[in-house]
Amino acid sequence: MSVKIRVKVNGAEYSHEVEPRLLLVYYLRDVLRLTGTHVGCDTSSCGACAIHLNGKATKSCTILAVQANGCEIATIEGMARNGELHPLQQAFNECHGLQCGFCTPGMIMTAADLLQRNPEPSEGEIRYALEGNFCRCTGYQNIIKSVQYAANKIKEEVIV
Amino acid sequence: MIPAAFDYEKAGTIDEAVAALSGGGKILAGGHSLIPAIKFRLSQPDKLVDITGLAALKGIKEEDSEIVIGAGCTHADIAADKLINSKLPFFARGAGMIGDLQVRNHGTIGGSLAHADPGADWPALVLAADAAIEVQGSEGKRRINATDFFTGLFSTALQENEIITAIRIPVPAADTKTSYQKFVQPASRFAIVGCAVMRFADGKTNIAFTGVSDNGFRDSSAEKALSGKAINDATIAEAVNAALQDVRISGDHFASEAYRKHMALVYMKKALLAVA
Amino acid sequence: MSTTNGLIGKSVKRVEDKRFTTGRGNYTDDIILPHQTYASFVRSPYGHAKIISIDTRAAKAMPGVIAIFTGADVADVNGVPCGWQVNFKNGDIMKEPKHPLLVADKARHTGDAVALVIAESKEEAADAVQAINVEYEELPCVVDASKAVQNGAPLVHDDVPGNTCFDWTLGNPIAEVDEAINNSAHVTTLEFVNQRLVPNAIEPRSYNSSYDSAYDRYVLYTSTQNPHLIRLLMCAFVLGIPEHKVRVVGPDVGGGFGSKIFHYTEEALLTWATKKIGRPVKWTSERSESFLLDAHGRDHVTKADMGFDDEGNITALRVKTFANLGAYLSTFASCVPTYLHGTLLQGLYKTPKINVDVTGVFTNTTAVDAYRGAGRPEATYLLERLVDLAAHEMNMDPAELRFKNFIPPFDGVKQPGYQTQVALQYDSGNYEGVLKTGLEMLGYENFRNEQKEAAKNGNLLGVGISTYIEACGIAPSAVVGALGARAGLFEVGQVRVQPTGKVSVYTGSHSHGQGHETTFAQVVADKLGIAMEDVEISHGDTESVAFGMGTYGSRSLAVGGSAIVKSIDKIIEKGKKIAAHKLEASADDMEFADGKFTVKGTDKSVSFGDVALTAYVPHVYPKDLEPGLDFSSFYDPANFTYPFGCHIAVVEVNKETGKVVLKRFVAVDDVGNIINPMIVEGQIHGGIVQGVGQALFEGAEYDDNGQLTNGSYMDYCMPRADDFPMIETATQVTPCPHNPLGVKGAGEAGTIGSTPAVVNAVIDALWSGGHKVKDIRMPLTSERVWTAMQSPNS
Repeated sequence: MSVKIRVKVNGAEYSHEVEPRLLLVYYLRDVLRLTGTHVGCDTSSCGACAIHLNGKATKSCTILAVQANGCEIATIEGMARNGELHPLQQAFNECHGLQCGFCTPGMIMTAADLLQRNPEPSEGEIRYALEGNFCRCTGYQNIIKSVQYAANKIKEEVIV
Repeated sequence: MIPAAFDYEKAGTIDEAVAALSGGGKILAGGHSLIPAIKFRLSQPDKLVDITGLAALKGIKEEDSEIVIGAGCTHADIAADKLINSKLPFFARGAGMIGDLQVRNHGTIGGSLAHADPGADWPALVLAADAAIEVQGSEGKRRINATDFFTGLFSTALQENEIITAIRIPVPAADTKTSYQKFVQPASRFAIVGCAVMRFADGKTNIAFTGVSDNGFRDSSAEKALSGKAINDATIAEAVNAALQDVRISGDHFASEAYRKHMALVYMKKALLAVA
Repeated sequence: MSTTNGLIGKSVKRVEDKRFTTGRGNYTDDIILPHQTYASFVRSPYGHAKIISIDTRAAKAMPGVIAIFTGADVADVNGVPCGWQVNFKNGDIMKEPKHPLLVADKARHTGDAVALVIAESKEEAADAVQAINVEYEELPCVVDASKAVQNGAPLVHDDVPGNTCFDWTLGNPIAEVDEAINNSAHVTTLEFVNQRLVPNAIEPRSYNSSYDSAYDRYVLYTSTQNPHLIRLLMCAFVLGIPEHKVRVVGPDVGGGFGSKIFHYTEEALLTWATKKIGRPVKWTSERSESFLLDAHGRDHVTKADMGFDDEGNITALRVKTFANLGAYLSTFASCVPTYLHGTLLQGLYKTPKINVDVTGVFTNTTAVDAYRGAGRPEATYLLERLVDLAAHEMNMDPAELRFKNFIPPFDGVKQPGYQTQVALQYDSGNYEGVLKTGLEMLGYENFRNEQKEAAKNGNLLGVGISTYIEACGIAPSAVVGALGARAGLFEVGQVRVQPTGKVSVYTGSHSHGQGHETTFAQVVADKLGIAMEDVEISHGDTESVAFGMGTYGSRSLAVGGSAIVKSIDKIIEKGKKIAAHKLEASADDMEFADGKFTVKGTDKSVSFGDVALTAYVPHVYPKDLEPGLDFSSFYDPANFTYPFGCHIAVVEVNKETGKVVLKRFVAVDDVGNIINPMIVEGQIHGGIVQGVGQALFEGAEYDDNGQLTNGSYMDYCMPRADDFPMIETATQVTPCPHNPLGVKGAGEAGTIGSTPAVVNAVIDALWSGGHKVKDIRMPLTSERVWTAMQSPNS
């Protein structure tokens, strides 16, 4: 069978007939061709596929596309606004928070969820929030620094 | 990972969901246990009945001297809830330790209880809190005491056509103390052992474990050794001696039977000291 | 080192980041070609099983199925080759059983490929795989290398007796070493396992192969660390396709750590199949397949003895290792436990007598090959555990014992390189320097007091030191050729100055996280005195890059960077001729600095941009000079490079649970000259976390039936953000004397140094509590540490 879904992804509306078994991550990657969201595992562990579903960090490999019907989705491709990078995107460059870049979109999306709920996280809170995101390159240290840097930057922007 | 094909039905009400179940469907709640299983084709249901977003399964409230947690509440909902944090702080703590941030955003308490993973956190918590699991099937609603709910490895007292609708916990008196202590399996972040304790002002002490055996359980011998007595080194030692009688302890890659037993006792001690 | 505009030595932010932080990286699985088809595999669920029959009839009739191939279809195709020949002690060539693209006779490890399904969609391919019925007859398995060589062990390959691929020795004659050990005042002996690791690059391997019959050309997109090497191996050794008809592209690659060096069967099989079906075929590994297929690392079973005289001087080292190679010989599998392990057993010490003996063994497990560090972590672990344990046994300070035995400093210029007992000649080193700095950063003496206080209160704190050396900058072709390499290990760098003075650089090194697009551009911009923005680095495509040997063994900057420098030198030399002509001076009188060609001793000069333009608009031009400003160079290093360093870990061990918490980690690394300190530090961080992963979390476990019992992230414990404190790093600089940049390489240092530091720290913590434990098998899980503390001997 196929099911019609409507979703809003990075502000744009889409409608497609999909098989119920289609995972959201493959809908994003193969149907919408938003390939910034990655697949790194098959056990909902690694977080490379993290996106925002109705504002919450979500492992898109563990949600069916049909479950996202009617939802708002944000992916890494939608993080920059009006040509300006999101503070987290800037921070990952500034603090060398990425090497191969494969885990980076998931890291940024998860960190964005954290900073929405907790704008001034401690080092320990950042580490805990990112426990569901694996990185094999950076040893996490510069990722933590990137999130701290972004938190400060967001705070400064709010004050200004 | 591509699941085998299945049909999909989004339920608009609990009744619809129950009706769909009777037709051979399987419930899709947060999906964080079910979807990994269907991806590996360990489970190949013909039809999934989606209950995510059913308003009737959402919400946490106090009602008739019970705290009622909708089965569709996510772990993150529970961890952040004010009522839970003030009246059942160990629920909030336990919920905040499940999986990871993204899993907590979608995994639901009802789904976790129905799945009954031996290392899940909820079994210990609902057992220690004297909770009842409210379920609805084609015959109507019923309540299953947590102590009767977990029947074995990945198995529960839930009938095939029943859906968990809510978890009901008697509101604890203000001076009740709770603790949940978890020794985490480092890869999956399930519990190698989890011990939940609820200690009432009169000294009655509920002690429940998860991760230790095929399913969560209350340890009545340990409870008896302590209940009504002050918690101190001597009574804790008595509880340790009494605990885990006749329990078939699990052993695996991460913890042998002997080590798991040792850790269960260490974590029970921690939990007891926290409510002393 | 010298710099023109301050770019060399500066922490320039990475130019490649923007595409990754905005989701616009281009990894192989992101590519969908017109008329794309999708592959999926039937894989053996058994560790060792005869294939009785394969029934594909139902699957062939399923919707969307295009083709199904089995071992019988590729029986005439060669298997994938091994790139390094190791000889038996008696001179016989190692055993190289065929590694077929699909197995026809029997499966030799869980996950061995039995059938390939190609379908219109991923879904249809997966459904058809499930519909294929294979009848197996299970055979007994052997998974442990030391058991596989015993009489009566099941044979993985019927024609490899004793499952022995090779036996091999290096160093001083064993009789001399035995005698020195026997005459030693103290001998420390360890029998231990350096456990098997799963590399786990977060991007799963992915291939997309296509064939254009009009041009008779193939294009293979592959998640590889070395596209040219894959093309060479696949074309010349497996498929017999002319190389010039094949383009191999390694686009953005999501981490490698060694696992993407090797030529895997799927690359060749998809390239074979695409011509058969006339459409592009794509396959991306599932993570659960990665666990079973990506070449694993380590897996040594070792017994080692280290002798000391009565003052603590090392007298001799004797090592016997069984190296598990898995079911098939992977691309570099044979050189890892031999020439990348045995040759490093001198370590940083003056040990006068060393003998190492290695047996390479086939088992019913996933192939084992180079994994970040490759042989050198195993050598370092062996040495540093032995030295540390010896210090504990002899009641000496582990730092003091190291200082006593270090090779004294030498720069490789005024003082000669250091000739080891195990074939290598170290280039330059100052080993005591890194240990001194490390101890200062840690506050070693204070820590020892703190540790004593903690022990009084029943708390177990421990410190573990590890000092390491590694051989990088792989490698001088003649040397490795003599040792069995079947390829040269030079690198290629082309620098093309465009008419407007902008510079395109093509390198055979491949970046999959290392940041070459930044570091290499810094070198070029600095040397030419131009802006970073005016330089672009290209890599990863056999069509644009002349040739290349790729990225592994921390070789990119030392070898690939040096090739680029050679081309820059040629550009400057030619530029001087053009400039001299313009300025009516002699080329010999020209000097190049700050982006200008100047007549020495005058203010007459012409800019680099002018010279570039003139080279392409050669109206006023030297008579005998060719137009253009474009040079390609091959750089073959004179020697390996030898980075070294000191890593120190502080841990707390929970007495009740055995849980180890890493409290501090101090790393002082000497990787020679540094182009971009930020990137070097990032490499060190990542390496350390991977090395600590081996010490505390990771380890593949096989049961006796050849099942990988922890083949998923739910069971194989990856290091995570919340497992670590902030790592404290510092660098020392002892330049490499034999390459133009003076660089040594930083990619593997962290992994090599860190593992023994953590294990030594745990053992030290236990000794502080009176548990005199010699060894705990890695990973040091809470249970293993707790069990060690319960043992009556402890």
